[in-house]
Amino acid sequence: MIEWIIGIFLAIGVFFNLLASVGILRFPDVYTRIHAATKCTTFGTIFIVLATVTYSVYSYYWIQKDPAWITIGIHSALVVIFLVLTNPVGAHAIGRAARKSGIAPYGAVIDELEGKL
Amino acid sequence: MIAPEFFYAAVIVMIGAFLALLRVFFGPSVPDRVVGVDTLNTLIVAGMVLLGAAYDRTIYIDIAIVYALLSYVGTLAIAKYLQGGLR
Repeated sequence: MIEWIIGIFLAIGVFFNLLASVGILRFPDVYTRIHAATKCTTFGTIFIVLATVTYSVYSYYWIQKDPAWITIGIHSALVVIFLVLTNPVGAHAIGRAARKSGIAPYGAVIDELEGKL
Repeated sequence: MIAPEFFYAAVIVMIGAFLALLRVFFGPSVPDRVVGVDTLNTLIVAGMVLLGAAYDRTIYIDIAIVYALLSYVGTLAIAKYLQGGLR
């Protein structure tokens, strides 16, 4: 039962992380690559950490009453909190820097920033 | 005690990190390479969490916290440099 829940969480997380890597190779310009990479890696890492927290809580209550399990769960939750807070900000900074250094979007129908930079 | 499902998930995440490394090698412009490095950082943080759960070591997950924050600072510094100085 609990192995199936952990396995499903791990499968979702690993699948979305692989999808980010494939998207970063397949998309045509830097903005679509940022779009693929940031959202997919953040979502996949959320599910990987969810699997780790499930594993640590299960091990604390049903295998061994060791506080080290609770430490593993709380620190994994801290990892995903920092990642969710910092990853979109970094992606925004990269996209803004790319647009300011003169890279035009590939196949853009309308570009609102044209001539303003 | 090694939990095998976390270890295999870490191996697959490292395959994804290798694909991101291909973008760092063949990226035509500098922001493409920065996007590749940013993806690589997040995948390595995920791999550290998986290995910490696989080997039951808390210290790997602490290193993942520090690595996530430092990679964010590095990405911001490179982006500031690319947009033309500290404005």
